[in-house]
Amino acid sequence: MNEFEQMYREVILDHYKNPRGHGVLEGADAEAEGQNPLCGDEVSIYVAFADDGETIEEVKFFGRGCAISQAATSMLTEMVQGRTATEVASLDKDELLDEIGIPLTPVRLKCAMLGLTTLKVALHKAKGTPLPRGLAGFDELELT
Amino acid sequence: MAVTTGTTLDARTLRADFPIFEQLIHDKPLAYLDSANSSQKPRQVIDAMSEFYETSYANVHRAVHVLGERATAGLEGAREKVRALLNAPDVREIVFVRNATEALNLVAYSWGGNNLGPGDAVVVTELEHHSNFVPWQYIAKRQGADFVMVPLDENNELDLSGLDQIARDFNVKVVATNLVSNALGTIHDLGPLTRWAHEQGAIFVCDAAQAAPHMRVDVQALDCDFLAISGHKMCGPSGIGALWGRASLLQAMEPFLLGGHMINSVRYEKTTWGELPHKFEAGTSPIVEAYGLGCAVDYIEAAGLDAIEAHEHELVAYALGRLSEIPGITLYGPPADRRAGVVSFNLADIHPHDVAQILDRQGVAIRAGHHCCQPLMHKLGVAATNRASFYLYTLPEEIDQLADGLYTVRKVFA
Ligand SMILES: Cc1ncc(COP(=O)(O)O)c(C=O)c1O
Repeated sequence: MNEFEQMYREVILDHYKNPRGHGVLEGADAEAEGQNPLCGDEVSIYVAFADDGETIEEVKFFGRGCAISQAATSMLTEMVQGRTATEVASLDKDELLDEIGIPLTPVRLKCAMLGLTTLKVALHKAKGTPLPRGLAGFDELELT
Repeated sequence: MAVTTGTTLDARTLRADFPIFEQLIHDKPLAYLDSANSSQKPRQVIDAMSEFYETSYANVHRAVHVLGERATAGLEGAREKVRALLNAPDVREIVFVRNATEALNLVAYSWGGNNLGPGDAVVVTELEHHSNFVPWQYIAKRQGADFVMVPLDENNELDLSGLDQIARDFNVKVVATNLVSNALGTIHDLGPLTRWAHEQGAIFVCDAAQAAPHMRVDVQALDCDFLAISGHKMCGPSGIGALWGRASLLQAMEPFLLGGHMINSVRYEKTTWGELPHKFEAGTSPIVEAYGLGCAVDYIEAAGLDAIEAHEHELVAYALGRLSEIPGITLYGPPADRRAGVVSFNLADIHPHDVAQILDRQGVAIRAGHHCCQPLMHKLGVAATNRASFYLYTLPEEIDQLADGLYTVRKVFA
């Protein structure tokens, strides 16, 4: 099974089966929905800011999709907790990819980036932070 | 050519014609179960296209020199082969396009753009590929016409029980449907729908992209008005497809693309259109691709379309048997004798992307996704399915490799 472990590390399967920050945040300060038209993966992301209106206090997500898209989003919710909107808006995708820690083909990269892209769109809508230009999967997100 | 004739087919011998299988994928033999997406190409087609480039290439229809003549003969020879394949009455009814999608857009824009208006309706089915859905949805809306769907019943078969109501409510102008579903493999009996369309005075548009590679398609027997095919799904190159249309309809239509080659005369005040099929073939054609499609037609005709269809029924029966043994599997689609070589399934709640990726590691190529059939996926209540699809070179061992691979997928996600 070694070669498959390389593809689906234990930690990924764990995040997939027991996603962190899973759910809906009622009355969220920022939210967005993202879709990957290639495989129909979907995530909705909800953000609550701390009293300073900048620091991310809580992130929740809700979605359906492959193990990579859902696990990556779950990892992301842990990663961005306590950071500011501005910091997250410029969060380098490699930081998330390092966390995921498995080689990804271009198609799977889109799955992995879905949560981060959607989060950046949510922050953009709420705070006017820069959009994740050129990020995979972004062109299909609806900015409404 | 290493092919058999008659009603049986020697897949093992045919497979030797396909150089793609001479390699290992992730150190495993390649089980290519994605032919409904695009088929592999036999050496006969690849070599013929190379030779054409090396000996006969020039632009077509306008050169006086010998290469121009050869190239034109190659292109027009291919047109005749496609005509014969589809049993079309007249070779001028065969229009070369890039693919089935372009063929369907041509009809939607050129016919629909002039013949649809408020009060009219375009009828499609819930089982359409986006290529035979989106252009009609778009053109209907643009023309102020209605867009109406024939639903699927609980067995995912076309439910024709609502046709009378549709006929009462709308002035039906177009009925568009596939002959074989790419998502479920269903081979439809289109007779009742075609007759109904013609009773309404509507045109019947047949998407045969998934049928033409796998069975005999006869435009006269189908009694359709337009029919679309894609070369890349039937052993031909990508970048070439064909539209067949009734000459009387094509003649009355406005062109779709405008420019060089499609004209009769161009004056400052007015341009007149060329003869069929050139009116619909603006610009330089995909010359070598068309020639390659002609060679592909030769290849599948030599293998025998009836034999291909029988071979695929056998493979589907075998695959349904093997896959149904796997715990947690859900199989979609009709019985083996009513489907082309397509098996769609889901494995427990494991996402098809994950299934396909782990299979790929084991040398098994399948398609995972919505198969450009989001209305159907919605109906099935899933975001995506896995799809294994077969062709004339597919062997039962490849299906075994798929089944073994699925057991591994279960282990990884246990
Ligand atoms: C039933 C059906 N229609 C249309 C198409 C579109 O074919 P193409 O992408 O070659 O235009 C396909 C291809 O997947 C198909 O399976």
